[in-house]
Amino acid sequence: MGKREISEINAGSMADIAFLLLIFFLVTTTMDTDTGLIRRLPPPPEEIPDENDKVKQRNIFEILVNANDQLLVEGEYLEVTELRDKAKAFIESDPTNPEMPEFKETEIPGLGVVAVSKQIISLQNDNGTSYEMYIKVQNELVAAYNELRNEFSQQKFNKSYEELAQQAGSSDAAKEKMKAVKKFYPQRISEAEPKKVGGAE
Amino acid sequence: MSKFRKKGKKGQPAVNTAALPDIVFMLLFFFMVTTVMRETSLKVINITPKATEVSKLERKSLVAYIYVGKPIKSLQGAFGTSARIQLNDAFKTKEDIALFVEMERDARDEAERNMITWSLKVDQNTKMGIVTEVKQQLREVNALKINYSTKKTDKISN
Repeated sequence: MGKREISEINAGSMADIAFLLLIFFLVTTTMDTDTGLIRRLPPPPEEIPDENDKVKQRNIFEILVNANDQLLVEGEYLEVTELRDKAKAFIESDPTNPEMPEFKETEIPGLGVVAVSKQIISLQNDNGTSYEMYIKVQNELVAAYNELRNEFSQQKFNKSYEELAQQAGSSDAAKEKMKAVKKFYPQRISEAEPKKVGGAE
Repeated sequence: MSKFRKKGKKGQPAVNTAALPDIVFMLLFFFMVTTVMRETSLKVINITPKATEVSKLERKSLVAYIYVGKPIKSLQGAFGTSARIQLNDAFKTKEDIALFVEMERDARDEAERNMITWSLKVDQNTKMGIVTEVKQQLREVNALKINYSTKKTDKISN
C-alpha cells in the first residue's frame, strides 16, 4: 500500500473567524483615558492650628460661592469669567499696593534670592453649590496659576512652563527650571469646610 | 503553426489573499492587548463637567473610581432621585468609602499603594454637600491624591 498523504486543512475560513474576533474587540474596546483636574487634599487634621499661624487678611484671596452659584470675591460680586484675571493680579501681587499680598525673600535654586508673594487663595462653597460651578471656579484658579507660570517661565528661561513640563521627563535641566517656576508661584488653594446656609435645594 | 499555443483566456490573475489572515490576526492581537473591558456598569447619571486646564491620568491601573450622581431612570423608583455614591457595582453610603479605599489598596502592589489616584466622577448637577462628604472621608483614610474627572473644552462660559 502506498503512503497516503494527509490532506491539508482548509484554512480559507480562518480569515473570517479572525475578522469576527477582531470586530468584537473593536466594538468592546474603550480607548479613552480619564482626564481631569488633579488635586491634593490636605492631610487629616491632627491638632487645632496655632493662633500665631493666622494669616494676614491682605494675603488671603477670599472666594465664596453660594447655593445659587453666585460668586463673591473679596467682597465683590463677580462673574466666573472675570475670576481668572482677578486671581492673576492677586497672585502676582504688587509691591506698591498695600492691599495686595506681602512678599517674602526666598532662595530658590536656579533663581537665587527672589521675592515670592505670600498669596493664599481661600475657597468656600455652600452645601448647595452645584458641582459644575465648583469645577468652573477650580478650573479658573488653576488657569490663573498656569498662565502666570507660563509668563514667568517665558521671561526667565525663554520657554513656557508647559514646554518645561514636557521636557522634564527627559532632561534634568528642564526639571530644575520647572521646579524653580513652581516654587516662585506655588499653588496655594485652601478649601474651607462648606457652610450649610441653604437657600436653594 | 506556432509551437507555443496560447493558453485559453488570459484575464487578470486573482490577488493572492494568503496573507490576509496574518494581517487580520495582527490587528486582532493589537486590539486584544490594548482593550480594557468596562468593569463597572453605571448606576448613576454621570455627565462630568467641562474644564480647560485638564491633565491626563497616566496609569490606568493606579486609578480608582468613585461615582456620584442621581440614580439612572430605571433605578429611580427603588432608590429615589437624590444623589448617591456608587462604588464598584453598587450604591454605597459614605461610611463604606473607608472600606473601599482599603480594598483598592490591598489589590495593588505594596510599593504602589500610596500612588493611587482617586478619581471622582461626579455628575455636573450634583450639589457640593455630598462631594464634600466624600472628600472628608477620603481625607480621613489618607487617600489624598484625587482627581476631579472633567472633559476638555476650549472655553468655559458663565
